[in-house]
Amino acid sequence: MSSGIKVRPEAGAGPGAPAVREPRLRGQLAARWQRDRVLLVLAVPGVVVLVVFHYLPLLGNVIAFQDYQPFLGISGSDFVGLSNFSVIFDGDPEFLNALVNTLVITMVQVLFVFPLPIALALVLNTMLNERAKRLTQSILYLPHFLSWVIVVALFQQMFGNGGMLNEWLRSADLGTFQIIGVPELFKLLITSQVIWKDTGWSTIIFLAALSKVDLNLYEASAIDRAGPLRQLWHVTLPAIRPVIVLLLILRLGDSLTVGFEQILLQQGPVGAQASEVLDTYVYNNGIIGGNWGVSAAVGLVKGLVGVVLVLGANRLAHAMGERGVYSK
Amino acid sequence: MTGLLETTAERRARRKRQPAQDERPAWMGRQPRWATAARGVLLTAACLAVIVPFVAVVMTSLAPQRDISARGGLVLFTSEPSLAAYRAVLSGGVVTRALTVSVVVTAVGTILSLACTIMLAYALSRPGSLLHKPILLMTLFTLLFNPGMIPMYLIVKQLGLIDNLAALILPVVVNAFNVIVMRSFFLELPGELTESAKIDGAGELRILTSIVLPLSKAVVAVVGLFYAVAYWNAFFSALLYLPSPEKWPLQLVLRTFVVNQTPLGTDELSASTESLPPQASIQMAILVMSVIPILIIYPFIQKHFSKGLLIGAVKG
Repeated sequence: MSSGIKVRPEAGAGPGAPAVREPRLRGQLAARWQRDRVLLVLAVPGVVVLVVFHYLPLLGNVIAFQDYQPFLGISGSDFVGLSNFSVIFDGDPEFLNALVNTLVITMVQVLFVFPLPIALALVLNTMLNERAKRLTQSILYLPHFLSWVIVVALFQQMFGNGGMLNEWLRSADLGTFQIIGVPELFKLLITSQVIWKDTGWSTIIFLAALSKVDLNLYEASAIDRAGPLRQLWHVTLPAIRPVIVLLLILRLGDSLTVGFEQILLQQGPVGAQASEVLDTYVYNNGIIGGNWGVSAAVGLVKGLVGVVLVLGANRLAHAMGERGVYSK
Repeated sequence: MTGLLETTAERRARRKRQPAQDERPAWMGRQPRWATAARGVLLTAACLAVIVPFVAVVMTSLAPQRDISARGGLVLFTSEPSLAAYRAVLSGGVVTRALTVSVVVTAVGTILSLACTIMLAYALSRPGSLLHKPILLMTLFTLLFNPGMIPMYLIVKQLGLIDNLAALILPVVVNAFNVIVMRSFFLELPGELTESAKIDGAGELRILTSIVLPLSKAVVAVVGLFYAVAYWNAFFSALLYLPSPEKWPLQLVLRTFVVNQTPLGTDELSASTESLPPQASIQMAILVMSVIPILIIYPFIQKHFSKGLLIGAVKG
């Protein structure tokens, strides 16, 4: 960040700084403490929460190497080495099923869901009437703020067996069309729910990038007689490419995380074969089924793979000359 | 001022500067008619896809049994709307209790979250201060690695928070992403303001409350909305940490009675037996009540979602 607040003089160098008598380093530290202690105190509550609920649980992953029994606790349970991980390395069928479902859903969503907000943002960006544009944006952003419970309930009401679509089909004597609770259509259903909920909101970052495109480039391209399609290809898309790459990296880093709440809510009627993903596997197997160690092992591997994926995708982006999530 | 989030006054001024609508810049070719028409159809369809379900749900919650039976399920229009379903749901019982829980958790949670987030973001807005870098890295790292569901559950259990409403708040009270959004905003504020206050003898707390916060209403509103929506919508944390149904928030009740279609009787509603409104209306009334708070605050906050918000976050 370039434009930080430049209030502070260098430690001990300001006009009002006390004369430094002690050895230099210690004196400097004391002066900085004197200067910054209020800031540090302000940081305490947030830091404590992050430590307790993000870093301490990391230690809890030790149960991935234990035959964890809730009544014995972490200290009383036996260590069993890597045997919990055998589910992963020996390919337990339930685990493999969850893994395959997760990867298929990720692939479908990267292919069909990821490009939609870009397209929608490009369309919105061509709207010249500011008011209409604002109104459209307000409406399309809204579903993002609804909970998955609400979204699932709305989909049931619209497309369920007794839902609006089927009532209408029935009244028109066209029979019914089973969409909800059908294992074969499950991935399609959850994908369309993701599209409905988040396409609008996801445009916000692309619209921000589009608003920063240098207008001189368009003028220059118009002088060179570029039509709208050529302007799109040679000016607009290259300008928003860093943002697209960035979001793609973040999405790839989340490859193993697909709609946990959304799927958990709808697992009942379709069964585990079609709907189990890694997160629901951890929940159903660990917290419901009591296989704590195995579930923690799967969760731990999933988290580590996620980190590797983000860092790997980021490195790839750097190799291709993009900025990525962080520079350097 | 900073171009990050514009205030209402700035927006008005900008509108005044550019009064003409549909002003096409010189370089932009005339848009062909068919393209405009296609765009209109596409966007209208997208908006309808959002609006129609809401209309149907609201109408059904107001409809009498006769309309619901005639249509079989959802009703798009009712000639004699009645609030009977809302009266039944709000007259005490499961839904009323869940509504209270949700309101309390959302209010307390949002206030706590905003306080912690503002303080941490402010502490991190002085590059070069003591321990600035370690704390910043520690905050950012939480975005990269998720500790996992099972260890989280064990920690919450270890702290004795199972079946305690605090379990819905404390684990998520600080969200690193929101801290970074707010920090980026603070960093964009002109340093001269805080400098002059410092010369006048103001301490850090004074600078934060009298200078930084009044200038940061937009970002506080947006981050507050993010937190409030997260608390209001929390479903899984309640399922995980709250075994006793009498502590459930509205989202879990919504799942039980609307998604899983468990019928609501007089036990759940504590209403009189004879005049129970239609089941569909009651379900839709619960749905409407779970959406209404969001619909109410959304328009006020929505104007602040300006362009720089997420970009600023990403840059940090």
